[in-house]
Amino acid sequence: MADTIKIKIDGKEIITAKGKTILEAATDNGVYIPTLCHFPGVPPKGSCRICTVKVNNRFMTSCSTPVADGMTIDNNHDEIKDYRKSIVELLFISGNHFCPACEKSGNCELQALAYRLGMLVPRFPYSFPNKEVDASSPKIIKEQNRCILCKRCIKTIKDKEGKRYFAFNRRGNHLEVVLDKQMGQAISDKLAQQAMENCPVGSIIYKGKGFSEPIGSRKFDKKPIGSSIEE
Amino acid sequence: MQDLVNKIVKRYQTDKTRLMDILLDIQNERGYLSHDDCSELSKKLKLSTAEVCETASFYHFFSCKEARYRIYLNNSITSEMAGRQLVAEAFEEACHTSFGETSEEGLFFLEHTSCIGMNDQEPAALINGIPFTQLTPFRVKELISGLKEGKSLEEAAYESFGDGNNAHDLIHSMVNNHIRKRGAILTNDYKPFDVIKNKLCKRSPEEIITIVEGSNIRGRGGAGFPTGLKWKFGRLTKAEHRVIICNADEGEPGTFKDRVLLTEFPELVFEGMVTAAFATGADIGVLYLRHEYKYLLNYLNHVLDNMRKKSLLGNEINGCKHFNFDIRIQLGAGAYICGEESALIESMEGKRGEPRDKPPFPVEKGYMGYPTIVNNVETLASVVKIINNGAAWFDSMGTSDSAGTKILSISGDCLFPGIYEVEWGTTINDVLSMAGAYDVQAIQVGGPSGMLLSKKGFDRTLSYSDLATGGSMIVFNHSRDLLRDVVLNFMDFFIEESCGSCSTCRIMPTVLKDKLLKILNGHGVKQDLEELVSWGKLLKISRCGLGQTAGNPILTSLSNFRSLYEDLIQQDKEFDTGFNLEKAVVESCNFVNRKPVFETKNLN
Ligand SMILES: Cc1cc2nc3c(=O)[nH]c(=O)nc-3n(C[C@H](O)[C@H](O)[C@H](O)COP(=O)(O)O)c2cc1C
Ligand code: SF4
Ligand code: SF4
Ligand code: FES
Repeated sequence: MADTIKIKIDGKEIITAKGKTILEAATDNGVYIPTLCHFPGVPPKGSCRICTVKVNNRFMTSCSTPVADGMTIDNNHDEIKDYRKSIVELLFISGNHFCPACEKSGNCELQALAYRLGMLVPRFPYSFPNKEVDASSPKIIKEQNRCILCKRCIKTIKDKEGKRYFAFNRRGNHLEVVLDKQMGQAISDKLAQQAMENCPVGSIIYKGKGFSEPIGSRKFDKKPIGSSIEE
Repeated sequence: MQDLVNKIVKRYQTDKTRLMDILLDIQNERGYLSHDDCSELSKKLKLSTAEVCETASFYHFFSCKEARYRIYLNNSITSEMAGRQLVAEAFEEACHTSFGETSEEGLFFLEHTSCIGMNDQEPAALINGIPFTQLTPFRVKELISGLKEGKSLEEAAYESFGDGNNAHDLIHSMVNNHIRKRGAILTNDYKPFDVIKNKLCKRSPEEIITIVEGSNIRGRGGAGFPTGLKWKFGRLTKAEHRVIICNADEGEPGTFKDRVLLTEFPELVFEGMVTAAFATGADIGVLYLRHEYKYLLNYLNHVLDNMRKKSLLGNEINGCKHFNFDIRIQLGAGAYICGEESALIESMEGKRGEPRDKPPFPVEKGYMGYPTIVNNVETLASVVKIINNGAAWFDSMGTSDSAGTKILSISGDCLFPGIYEVEWGTTINDVLSMAGAYDVQAIQVGGPSGMLLSKKGFDRTLSYSDLATGGSMIVFNHSRDLLRDVVLNFMDFFIEESCGSCSTCRIMPTVLKDKLLKILNGHGVKQDLEELVSWGKLLKISRCGLGQTAGNPILTSLSNFRSLYEDLIQQDKEFDTGFNLEKAVVESCNFVNRKPVFETKNLN
């Protein structure tokens, strides 16, 4: 491609193509930037803020910011590392995450990030919110205690007409992601399974099938999150 | 039932980007949004019901509770200071219901609401969209019993009209303008549409932009971006359409100047939009009007109609070849965040008001993907005066870095709350004496997202390099408890109004507020003060200005009124969880009707 440009991430010079995001350019070049709300293939919406980097001394989310020639990107600053860890902690305290009892344990990106970023115990007090579990769909359990409102299910799970199964409801600290009552009744097994896989945490559980891999030998039990990018 | 939804959907050509208008019309006719209507609507628009509710549930004034009278009582700080608590109790008693609920006969629905732009005449409420100002428990009683007796809301409301256009046949409102100081923008010598008729077509768009740039005017909506430069950028991207949006969402608690501009000088504002359209080559114009100002809608539409009749809007405006531009009014439905320009655009497209990631900026890719210039009401009004009187005239006012005048909205503990147009460079001391402030302890400059200033800062000046502000000024005297009353009120505002998208802005303000409560409850230690500062920093990486400033009430009061915090914390303790075991035991004993065996002392 003619449109190659040069950027720098943590001092490392990278040649990449115009039109890519910072995250894509980094990933292509073996630099891991943590993500949660981003889902490759669908338009980004910088909402979890964990992929924040410092670009020419300003905070930007790398999943949503296109690269520009000459950008100097800081992905490893102590301040940024602490912000990322803070976000993971905030997500833990704003929900009810009991990892040992969660179906997603070992495959959960939030849990894996907590390990990778060195979280021992959240610095913020737990809020123990009252959340509901919606099991009304024959195929899906929507476990609100674990939802981190990343929007991945909203963006990726649609029917043939483009209608969404999942949607936001309300706003601010009352915000939740709900499964459409009617569409939830008719969702196919394939889509329901897809929804579970696309969810970074254990907020969407596909009913019926057990889990073939035991906890302890799952994806992130073997290697920390991000390892595949850095290899 | 289906007929109504059908009729309304057709009114908007089954266009789902008009979902806001469709929901507003349904609620207007039906009084509320029923589940059946939403589900019918979703079929018509080929959306899931959850998608329709996603938009509907975002906005404060959409309601799925049926009620004849919807009463929204403002809970901004000046309302509290003016005796809101007693008024709220009077409403509950008179209506036989409590906030968040509907009365038994389905007659009254009571709800709190964030600042409705009436800070100079509190406590104020909206009842079915009509503002009721300076309420007292007595007036509430009279009003509600009048409604119960079958008086119409109009009859109950019109004891007297406010000043100026508030008494106009198409407004008929008890709201007052309280214009206390007029300057370059608020002068009465304005000749409507002189600029459109005699100044625009003679010049090229580039010339107009050069004048605006030369005046050094910067945006009056808060962010302070140079207006000429924004217009220049708006021209850069090639596009089929271009859009001018006038931002009349005015949601920052304590500001109400855009309301007054729209009441008294709508021609000036619309003329500013036409000027912006000419300069940027825009053909689509929208005034985004906050729901709280719906009572101005008929009047504003009437002004627009008159402009169309005189060929000041529409095709070939004033005979100017290829200059086609018209304006429609988009009503909001109650969300402070929709004042943020990209959230406003999302809302105009029928979605939740969730800010967009930038880049791309609206000037490149805005409403429906078209280049979009968003300007504040006051900015657009100022531009007309600039074209009329010249760039140098405007630039000669104010300071070297802040040209022109600023319209301030002053409220709180002062004798003359209202609207003051001053030149940039005015000091806080000037502001306080102008407004007849007394026994001043503090002033909040720029609303909750701005800062709480102590006496030490009263000689600072209003300017982009010192105190940049959208113009909200709230005065507090020494009788006010700054932390318990003011700061907590502001934190609740941000918690209520966050769109919820960013993890930081959704969660952190509550964490900070809880810590402040811990301190206020006597459990604070020194470490808590340090943590307020270090934790609060995280908000800086939020997507938009709301999240980035949501910690300011705590952070600025902590830096300017540190002793208030110091006095509250326990000096002899290094650590306190904030948990009181004895108190918790008493609570749980009470719950199961038992008596605790230990002696209850030290309970807090
Ligand atoms: C949370 C938030 C609320 C805002 N509210 C308003 C508002 O009510 N009115 C306004 O003109 N600008 C508001 N703004 C600023 C707008 O995003 C935008 O900068 C402004 O409308 C541009 O117009 P100007 O350049 O003429 O100031 C707000 C920004 C944020 C972050
Ligand atoms: S259910 Fe899962 S995918 Fe959907 S928003 Fe919640 S955490 Fe994200
Ligand atoms: S900062 Fe707050 S209001 Fe702004 S986009 Fe993020 S969550 Fe929404
Ligand atoms: S991954 Fe970029 S903000 Fe969430």
